Amino acid sequence: METLAKLAILADAAKYDASCASSGAESRNSLKNGGIGSTEGMGICHAYAPDGRCISLLKILLTNFCTYDCVYCVNRRSSNVQRARFTVDEVVGLTMNFYKRNYIEGLFLSSGIIRSADYTMEQLVEVARKLRVEQKFGGYIHLKTIPDAAPELLAAAGRWADRLSINIELPTEEGLARLAPEKNLRDIRGAMGNLRLNIENAKEERSTAKGAPRFAPAGQSTQMIVGADASSDRKILQTSTNLYGNYKMRRVYYSAFSPIPDAAKSLPLMAPPLIREHRLYQADWLLRFYGFTVEDIAPVDGQENLALDIDPKAAWALRNREVFPVDVQRAPRETLLKVPGLGVKTVDRILALRRHKTLRYEDLVRLKAPMKKAAPFVTLADHKPRAQPESSALRRELVPTQQGELFA
Amino acid sequence: MRVVALKEGADFDGWRQAARTLLLDEVPPEKVTWLVTGEASLLPDHDAPTAQASARPAPRIPAEFLGLMQSLICHSDPQRYGLAYRLLWRLTHGERQLLQLITDADVMRARNAEKNVRRDSHKMKAFVRFREVKAADGEPVGAFANNSVFIAWFEPSHYIVERVAPFFVRRFTGMRWSILTPYRSAHWDGETLSFSAGATKADAPSEDVLEDYWRTYYASIFNPARLKVQAMQSEMPVKYWKNLPEAQLIPSLIREARPRTLAMVEAEATTPKKRFAAPELRSAVVQPQGSLAELRAQARDCRGCALWQPATQTVFGEGPEHAQLMLVGEQPGDQEDLAGRPFIGPAGRLLDKALLEAGLDRKTLYVTNAVKHFKFTARNIFRQHQGANAEEQRACRPWLQAEIQRVRPKLILCLGATAASNLIAADFPLLAQRGQWHRWPDGTQLMATVHPSYLLRLKEPAARARETAAFVQDLRRVAEILTAA
Repeated sequence: METLAKLAILADAAKYDASCASSGAESRNSLKNGGIGSTEGMGICHAYAPDGRCISLLKILLTNFCTYDCVYCVNRRSSNVQRARFTVDEVVGLTMNFYKRNYIEGLFLSSGIIRSADYTMEQLVEVARKLRVEQKFGGYIHLKTIPDAAPELLAAAGRWADRLSINIELPTEEGLARLAPEKNLRDIRGAMGNLRLNIENAKEERSTAKGAPRFAPAGQSTQMIVGADASSDRKILQTSTNLYGNYKMRRVYYSAFSPIPDAAKSLPLMAPPLIREHRLYQADWLLRFYGFTVEDIAPVDGQENLALDIDPKAAWALRNREVFPVDVQRAPRETLLKVPGLGVKTVDRILALRRHKTLRYEDLVRLKAPMKKAAPFVTLADHKPRAQPESSALRRELVPTQQGELFA
Repeated sequence: MRVVALKEGADFDGWRQAARTLLLDEVPPEKVTWLVTGEASLLPDHDAPTAQASARPAPRIPAEFLGLMQSLICHSDPQRYGLAYRLLWRLTHGERQLLQLITDADVMRARNAEKNVRRDSHKMKAFVRFREVKAADGEPVGAFANNSVFIAWFEPSHYIVERVAPFFVRRFTGMRWSILTPYRSAHWDGETLSFSAGATKADAPSEDVLEDYWRTYYASIFNPARLKVQAMQSEMPVKYWKNLPEAQLIPSLIREARPRTLAMVEAEATTPKKRFAAPELRSAVVQPQGSLAELRAQARDCRGCALWQPATQTVFGEGPEHAQLMLVGEQPGDQEDLAGRPFIGPAGRLLDKALLEAGLDRKTLYVTNAVKHFKFTARNIFRQHQGANAEEQRACRPWLQAEIQRVRPKLILCLGATAASNLIAADFPLLAQRGQWHRWPDGTQLMATVHPSYLLRLKEPAARARETAAFVQDLRRVAEILTAA
């Protein structure tokens, strides 16, 4: 099969993995060795597809042959999709050729499981090694890691790659057993724990001894499929919290289950729940950067799923009216972060500005704070919210009227 | 009225020099006209800047301000020089805190310009597309692997080529390349970065064979079931499309997205090539049976209490199957949970050191815990250790008992109150009875001492040294009995 035909099949097979980040790598360039490639911490998105997703990396599978039978996956062994397999050199060649034309930041390589976990992992590692050693490639490399591959293969993967990842796949063990029968939570968690230990040990050793080997300096990430099983958002966010806390994930990606060609009968084939996915990302941010807990955002009493028509912070504010209005001139940072519409950046700019002047309504407008959303929850020198309307009335005001294509 | 003529593009040095002179001459901003070369010659004679006050020292300007001016002057706004000088004037005339007033109209305009320049620079790093040109045979190419030159045509919105070119040098050091733009071109020959006049699109190559591969990739990585055209356009504005080889596919990808998705949803599921039964869920209660190795495997699936849920794995004991001495701790911690091995974290390292001092070799000991899962509460990024309750300890006891039965140690050293209360007496008074020997009917001797994590928690150096010495002393007494036996 021609490389071009393989590329079509093996890119198609890789697109259900949401991760495309090229950030967080240590700073590196080619000035010294005259090679090709650099990473400067911040990722670059070189293109966007009409699905709104960034294209930063060449995201492909080495092969879509697979001995596993995960029901949601286009590459499961019982699917009738066309199969293909790249050679190691084809992947190396495509990566270098794309990179030199400035199409990509690097490579995100994954694979179906062929023969054994070790054999598959060995192939992935060999691609990364050739890129680094033979091509003097300094760009970003993300390798998908096979949970039960041998420790020495994992060490080699960590040495060449910037980021490693293992997908948690589903929020619950029951879901995993039903939809991904060959995978199990215990092995996945064990492998994630192992990655965290390796990443932290390497970081510590490298801080004292310069020449110590690298291990995935950009950390690990994972992905959870949303909507393929019946898990509530509360359950999903609890699982995320556990993954961030236990394994220091840089990111948990949420991937709305999307129709695939040649789908299995047992799955709901419908438009992917994109709004739900969006709300989960918002909630994820609230958990990590805004001081909220799962209990705040998805409480057990009937709110276990996030509202779709309103963002999770606004929904929380409506359930907790007693916290508001917040005095923008005096409230501490953690309280300002709870105000609907005020993001981390805006809050930090408010904190800087209020040292120099008394804040007025117009100042917040100039900081580009969405005042339609924030105004009912704040007081300023020249602004007090109207006599508090009923939460249900306020809620109607907060629901965006122009819903845009996200809601189409 | 003073008139200052500057070079085309982002003439920061020219502006800086002129601004310094104007400032020394105390010329207010409204009395200055800023022009770029070409326009200046159309005007009648104007006052040349006169640095009458050049003896006075130039005012000190904060670095942050200069950085902002450098960005502002790359902006294509024709009034950028005037705005920059007005900000400088205000800064040096009683408004030292000017930049902190982020909602001031001039400051906002400058910050906006800075943001636009930053964004344009970022988009240049993203959207430059090189095309490869093979140089003619026989041309010397020095250290390069092949005769290629890579050439790109790019149309930035602002004067950013000089500021972004070093990025391409750092990234494409091992290539020869040129980036052509309407106002300036940048060139890298493998050793030196140089700039030349602007160019036209026709000066750049019109194709590259790899673009078919790139377009194939672009079309294949797109998921038609998730069409979000606005999200794409806000990050990849249409103005850049004309120089992006992949962008020509966008209209047809959008048009076909819905029919493709409907076809997938409506397609009959095909018969899988093989049928597979779903595996059974592991049972909740596992009973210890068989050899030590078998126990270890069974314990991996234990769900006798709820501690397995947030934890990574069961941390079973380890050591020789017939060790004479068994150490029993409380429960695994953060590091042990990740690695699946007992006593490898900070407390484990302290234990290793103390064992060495007491003349005991850890490799000859069987080391385990009373509870086999890490119990914790999540505190932001830290997992905080929590003591296992009576029920959890009870649920884990069959594993500990089975380990003791298989290993049959002569001596058991309990580290901490949890182990002691499980093995010696329910309400064991650790402080009163530490270091005393107890005996089971079958002859097994037991002693209890503190847990090494207790020593780690002692902040006061003298107390810590004293307690550590006492701990080592307890270990020595164990070692003595062991060698006597």
